[in-house]
Order: sequence, then structure tokens, then C-alpha cells
Amino acid sequence: MKAAPRHASMGLSRRKKNLWLLTMVAPGAIWLLLLRYLPMFGVVIAFKKYRAFKPNTFWNNIVKSEWVGLDNFAFLKSPDTAVMIRNTLLYNITWILLGLFIAVAFAIMMSELRNRFAAKAYQTMMFFPYFLSWVVASYFVLAFLDPTSGMIPAIQKSMGLKATNFYHDVTWWPLILTICNRWKYTGYASVLYLAAITGIDSTQYEAAAVDGATKWQQIWHVTLPNIRTMIIILLIMDVGKIFNADFGLFYNVPQNSGSLYPVTQVIDTYVYRAYANTHNMGMSSAAGLLQSVVGCLCIIGTNAIVRKIDPDSTLF
Amino acid sequence: MIAHSVKRRRHADLNSFSARTQAVFHLVLGLFSLLCVIPFIFVVIISFTSEESIRQIGYSFVPQSFSVQAYEYVFDLGDALWRSYFNSFYITILGTVLSVIICVLYAYPLFRKDFKYRNFFNYMSFITMIFGGGLVPTFVICKSVLGLSDNYAALIVPLLFNPFNIIVMRTFFQTSVPMELIEAATIDGSGEYSTLVRIVVPIVKPGIATVALLNALAFWNEWFLSLLYLNKNMDIMPLQYLLMRMQRNADFLAKNSSIIGVDAALAARELPSQSLKMALVVFIVLPIACAYPFFQRYVVAGLTVGSVKG
Repeated sequence: MKAAPRHASMGLSRRKKNLWLLTMVAPGAIWLLLLRYLPMFGVVIAFKKYRAFKPNTFWNNIVKSEWVGLDNFAFLKSPDTAVMIRNTLLYNITWILLGLFIAVAFAIMMSELRNRFAAKAYQTMMFFPYFLSWVVASYFVLAFLDPTSGMIPAIQKSMGLKATNFYHDVTWWPLILTICNRWKYTGYASVLYLAAITGIDSTQYEAAAVDGATKWQQIWHVTLPNIRTMIIILLIMDVGKIFNADFGLFYNVPQNSGSLYPVTQVIDTYVYRAYANTHNMGMSSAAGLLQSVVGCLCIIGTNAIVRKIDPDSTLF
Repeated sequence: MIAHSVKRRRHADLNSFSARTQAVFHLVLGLFSLLCVIPFIFVVIISFTSEESIRQIGYSFVPQSFSVQAYEYVFDLGDALWRSYFNSFYITILGTVLSVIICVLYAYPLFRKDFKYRNFFNYMSFITMIFGGGLVPTFVICKSVLGLSDNYAALIVPLLFNPFNIIVMRTFFQTSVPMELIEAATIDGSGEYSTLVRIVVPIVKPGIATVALLNALAFWNEWFLSLLYLNKNMDIMPLQYLLMRMQRNADFLAKNSSIIGVDAALAARELPSQSLKMALVVFIVLPIACAYPFFQRYVVAGLTVGSVKG
């Protein structure tokens, strides 16, 4: 046997093997260090009054900038902050609950269709928006709402009504954003649940039918318990991201229109605008840091709660 | 006997919903499916609508007259457009190739149970999914330390690695590559790289296709990196960002036409017209719409795997 003489040098070959495997993870690990871990140290900006020094390099500026404690977090007292936090949370909570309900309902409906071709066609059509960017979607919305030629204002004008200036009127935006959000992600979410439902052992349904359970009862007692773990995992992930908003949706779809900020400003757009408009690095870093920390706590928290209730469903 | 057949019939009813319930399902799912694709169809119609019709009755599913004027304009637009179309393809192809290589190389050792530092690198990737330095520190470090500014690298490097894709790839390895195969190859004296390339990669081709498609879509749809990192060098702007800027510029004119005067409003009319913008949207969606029926299967597989195992 070939392997026998190699036995003596096992330790050496093992070390060699680990070295080779290390070279494989190296590109990814370097990327993570530079683009993810290095910025984590950059959060000290949140506690400093960052400004330029000579020589004007990033590290030199960071080291020489003076500490200001929690001054950069003063933005928390402004009324804008309450609005953006309220918007982020309200939209996310509504969309998590609405999304869960619609996705599960659609997945169940699709799995129960006897016409498999139709089910496939629905799935394909529903998944399509997932592959488009918010820039593209913003043009779709514009086609309907554009103040001069959009379909809805045009119809209003042709009926002799006053055209709604959608991009300056906050009334409809909670609804429009909700529709956009569900339009883009429903296909994705329901396909995930559909995959889980198709994986359910059909004998469970047969057994339920023998016991005289109606189709609705089967859904309640067989389908839903079977996808419970999946629902919980996806919920954990969603709750963990509850302080993160879909930047593209809130920035592009309302056309960055200032008069809509009361209903479209969320933490992510606030951080970006704070930086883009005022170059206030300290304050925008502080807001970003707060968002990261709270988001992280949310994930760990929900995961811990789930561990208590149902240890098999935990994420980590 | 009779009782038996009655029971059988009822049994059949318990196995699927009644025709009426099925019809309701079809109605709900069908309507929503239409809602998902109608905006794109609408934009295609607008792109073929004559400017005259748009001025008269606005955007409409049934315009007064059709025209290919917008597409003629698109070809007149020339350099700026083709340049950004080229940029989009260039960024997508280069980015996808690099990110797939990095992803496979990173995920493979994580699947190897005999890799000593497996846990460490697993966590190194996973932690970034739940905690990050935030937008501004990341941006500043990329720009001033790593030099990602006004170059192609700025539009590619920040997307090269994705922890979610690592999970997807690792799961594909776990479900389709038996450890014995690798052990056998090692005993035969095959080096780690040659085992990966010659034995493992051919087995996980579907997984690679999935990750490649997820990456390609991310690069093709990318506009945020341009928004952050492009300030002066607009020659490397991808199509998505061109589209985004076009909207802003036209809006700027529309908002300020009353201040500048009627002439500016006239000038604005000469600028990229409504149907032209929609034609550009068609240009951007077309590659996706064409490839979609073929890649959908892979992407669904990948997303399902990633979210369940993630």
C-alpha cells in the first residue's frame, strides 16, 4: 500500500494540508479584514471630532482628532431622530407581519393548486421583481405617479379632477412603499416557504385525511407545524434587521424628495444624507454605530428567546 | 359496500380543495403575479409611445400613437450610453468571476472537517453578518486607506465577498461531496488545489452556477457603490447609475423651470424625453428578463439553501 510509508510523516503532512487550506481562505480573509474588520475599529470616529491634520492621512487624522465623548450622539435629541426611528420601526414591523402572512398564504395556495403548470407560472412571475434594482423600480413607480405624465395624475386630469402631486404629498407614501416592498419580496419569501412545504412527508396528510381532517384542518395541523422552524428562523433574521432599512427603496423610489422626508426618512437614509450633505463624519458614524449595536442586540436577543421556547429553531 | 364507497369519495375530497376554493386561489395568485410583471410591460409600452401621445394623454397602456423615436434617440446618445452599458457588463463579468473564485476558495476549507482553523474562519465570516462598522467608517476606510475612489476597483471590490454566498456554497459542498472522495484523492497523492479543481469543482457545478448568478445580479443591479465612490470619473459609470442621475437631472430642470423661465422648460423638452428614459430602463431590464427563465431555477435553489441553513 502506498499510504503505509507516509504514516510516519503524518504530522508534517497535516501541517502542510492546513497550510494549503489556509492559502485558500486567504483572499476572502484578507477582504474581510480590510473591508469589514478594519471599519469596525473606524467606529472610534463616533467618539471623536474628526478633522484633517498634516499629513492628511486617515490614521493620522483619527489619532490626532480629539475625543469628544458622546457629543456626536447629541443628534438623538433632535425631533428628526424620533421621526426616522419611528419610520424605520413601523415600516419594518408592518412589513415583517404582513410579509409573513402573505408569503405563507401564497405558498400554501401554490402548493395546493392542482394545475402544476399554473403554479410554476405564478412562481416565475412573482419572483421577477426580486431581480430588479430599486433604481429600475423607481422608474416603474414614476410611470404611474409622475406629476406631468404619470398614469394616475393623467387619469385624474382627464376626469377633470385636480392631479395629486405624489412627490410632494405624504398621504399615500406609507401605502406606496408597502406595495413596493411586497411587490419586490413576496415572490422570494413565498418560494422559500413553498420549498419547505413541498418537503413535508405526504403520509402525514394521508394520515390526517384518514382521521377525517378537512383540507383546512390539515393546513392548520400538518402544514403550519411543519414550517414553524422556518418561520421562526426567517423571523429572527428579520427582527435582527429591524433597525436596518432598505436604502434603495427609501432613497430612490420617492425620488429623494425632501417634502416626503416625514414618511420616507429612515435611519439608513439619514446616515447617508448626514454624511453626503454636511460631511459630519462623527455624527453619521455615531448613528451608524448605534444602528449596528442595536441590530446586533436584537439578533442575539431574539435568538436567546427562541432558544428558550424551541431550541431546535435557533439560528446559532 | 355502499358505505365503503362513500367513505372513499369523502376521502378524495379531503385530499384537495374544492374546485371553488381552487378558483379563488388562482384568482388571488394570478392577480398578484400580473401585478409583478405589469410595471415592466407598462414601461415597455411607454418606451414605444410617441412624445405627442405622452404630452396629450400622459403615460397610458393604450397610447394614441406608437413610435420608435426613443430608441433612435438611444442610438444618437451614443458614447455616454454605450460606455455605461459596456461598464455594466465589464463590472458584472469581472466581478462575478473574481467573487466566485474567492467564494469557492473560502467555502471549501470550511466544509473540510479536518481543517484545523475551520471554526475560526467560519465565525470570521458569520460575525460580519450580524455586526458591522457602519456605512461611514467603511466608506472612509475604503476611500482613503484602500484607494477605492473613481476607479473600477471601487465598483467591484466592496462586493467581492458575501457571507450569505459562503453559506450557500458550503451547503452545496456538504450535501454533494462525500469526505471519502477527498480522503481517497489525498491518499492517491493529489495536492489540495488539484483535488479541489479536478474532483470537487465538477461535482458542485450547480452550486457554482447559483453563486455566480447571485453575484452577477448583485453587480448588474449595483448603483449604491457608484453613488458613494464616483465623484469625478464619470467614464466608468455603470448603466444603473446613469439612469439614476438622469432622473435627478431632469427633475432639477422641472423643479427650476419657473425660476429660469420658459426657455429652460423648452430646453428641458429637448433633453432626454420621457420615453427615452423608459427605453433605457428596458435596456437595463432586458438582459435579466431574457436570462431569467434559464437562471431562475438555480437562484431559487441557492436562496432556499442559504436561508434555511443560514
